[in-house]
Amino acid sequence: MVEDLSRSFGGLRALNDLSLTTCLGEIVALIGPNGAGKTTFFNCVTGIYLPSEGQVWLYDGDGDKALLNGRKPHAITRLGMARTFQNIRLFNEMTVLENVMVGRHCRTHSGIWSACRRDRATMEEEQQSVDLCYALLESVHLADLWNETAKNLAYGAQRRLEIARALATEPRMLLLDEPAAGMNPQETRELEILVRRIREERPISILLIEHDMSMVMSLSDRIYVMEYGTCIAEGTPDEVRANPRVIKAYLGESDA
Amino acid sequence: MDKVGKALLVAIWFMVLTLPVMGIKLNLLENRILWRFDRLLWLGLGTFFLALLWDWAFSRKARGLPIMRLPLALKDNFLVFWSNATVRRGSAGILALGLLAMPLLCSFYQTNIMISAMLYIMLALGLNIVVGLAGQLVLGYVAFYAIGAYCYGLLNQAFGLGFWTCLPVGGIVAALFGLGLGFPVLRLRGDYLAIVTLGFGEIVRLALLNWTSLTGGPRGVSDIPKPGLFGIELNINEATIYIYYLALLAVAITVVVISRLKNSRVGLALQALREDEIACEAMGVNTTRVKLEAFALSSLWAGFAGVIFAARTTFINPSSFTFMESAMILSMVVLGGMGSITGVIIAAIILILAPEYLRAFSEYRMLIFGAIMVIMMIFRPQGLMSGEKRHYNITALKEAGEKCAASQLLWWKIFPAVLAACGPSMIFP
Repeated sequence: MVEDLSRSFGGLRALNDLSLTTCLGEIVALIGPNGAGKTTFFNCVTGIYLPSEGQVWLYDGDGDKALLNGRKPHAITRLGMARTFQNIRLFNEMTVLENVMVGRHCRTHSGIWSACRRDRATMEEEQQSVDLCYALLESVHLADLWNETAKNLAYGAQRRLEIARALATEPRMLLLDEPAAGMNPQETRELEILVRRIREERPISILLIEHDMSMVMSLSDRIYVMEYGTCIAEGTPDEVRANPRVIKAYLGESDA
Repeated sequence: MDKVGKALLVAIWFMVLTLPVMGIKLNLLENRILWRFDRLLWLGLGTFFLALLWDWAFSRKARGLPIMRLPLALKDNFLVFWSNATVRRGSAGILALGLLAMPLLCSFYQTNIMISAMLYIMLALGLNIVVGLAGQLVLGYVAFYAIGAYCYGLLNQAFGLGFWTCLPVGGIVAALFGLGLGFPVLRLRGDYLAIVTLGFGEIVRLALLNWTSLTGGPRGVSDIPKPGLFGIELNINEATIYIYYLALLAVAITVVVISRLKNSRVGLALQALREDEIACEAMGVNTTRVKLEAFALSSLWAGFAGVIFAARTTFINPSSFTFMESAMILSMVVLGGMGSITGVIIAAIILILAPEYLRAFSEYRMLIFGAIMVIMMIFRPQGLMSGEKRHYNITALKEAGEKCAASQLLWWKIFPAVLAACGPSMIFP
């Protein structure tokens, strides 16, 4: 849940009193024209930027909530927020499996000393993590490529790998930044199925930024529309589609 | 034809350029000029063929082909052969035996060279943690080496502490300095980090040089005792052999620790940090912490190597810890291939042993060194060894794994037979 979030860069107010809520098991889309501040919003929520004003809360399963403002990105991830990036940021020289295993970092514990000793607990932890990551790769249809170097993957596969890596952190909230960008219609459809399945298989809420309207409309339960850092509309896909302000923002106003 | 013409042009141009230096000799006694065209001609010919070779290598590189390609069958056979565990263990055993027997078979001089090679292997592997795995460019690494060495020298001079006490102390003090340097430079990366660490290296060296009351200044610290062996008096030959075994043990421990670290949770996090810092942190890795861990561990190793160095030379002064040393260690890591343990070891051995055995060319040492570096960076920027993948056991793939095991068993059956067939003929030719 986000309350009145703002972020300024010098004199530019990139986010202006934005409020947004997602509930467990919900898929929410955040749309808006380029430069509306969607990615800035993601960066504020995940701790890469510090919000200028406003609060970001993350509820855990027991109903307790944690304030995310001012926490480091890794601490926020630990609390259960994971994301993918608009411009894919994989660990290129590492293998597919290793990429996902990095996601397990915040859920595992062995340190330098236990790495040197290689005692049973460490080895078991690692084996568990390997198997779990492999299962995640199976669920995004990348299991055959587990030992491939990440940079050699096709574009769509890289996007799916990013999702698998984010899922490895056991998030309660998954932020997908333009997951379908650069995908062909076939891949987009598969991605849609994947996102639905992710929601069904685990207690998670998904917030996605996307420009592919057909995907947004069919996938999301609710949609927020942003323009110039403010939220101009909110509602179910049908409501948003009919909203005159949204149409104006997207298509421009006819002067006639 | 175009290529030949180009090479010809290069050769002629080179001849014209070097004409005053290579082609003309003044005889000042008789005020005569000696034209030495034969030398120029040879130079031109050499340049011509080098230019052709260069062009050929570049065209292959542009087409994405390797410069050298082993026959595929040979390579495949070798890989199959090498993937066999018995073969690997056998060759490791032979290597270990060779290393163990070396000081007993070789001369004092050879043993000494090997000791310095091993010290550099330790240093290069230590630096490999920060530069190779974590991707943080550190240029002043030799400072930690110096701190370790001076720790032993000074503690021994002041309090009479022995080698075995000082070994952990030197390492820990170096690690503390590493942490101390790590904290302020956490936010820096790339060039900026390189400059700051370079500065740190120089500060330490200058402090050692000028803080005469503590460090003895340029005179350094002398009469550092060699490590003791249960109170037995060793002559210089025996002491060298003893230090050789110590260094060998230290290298073995280093290799084990660093390969384990590389394949651990922390090692993965470090590699992720090297690949993409933002993504790494967003995936839940505490980058501050793993960076500091890498800094501390890496300087710990330099500290250990420093103590062994001081014990071996029995005399240290600041001129052993110049920037050249840092650059040398860094070249080992880069030449060997970032993060690759085998590659770094091979590079360290080449870079230390080659100058020793090529004393005849010692005037051209830096020239050759520079040329090798440039050629490596153009044609194999990833270093000697790269792209090694770690093996993971995936429970879900156990069945497939059993198939692999079956094929391995085959080799295991064949190998003794091959050995039995070839062995006698090798021993009794």
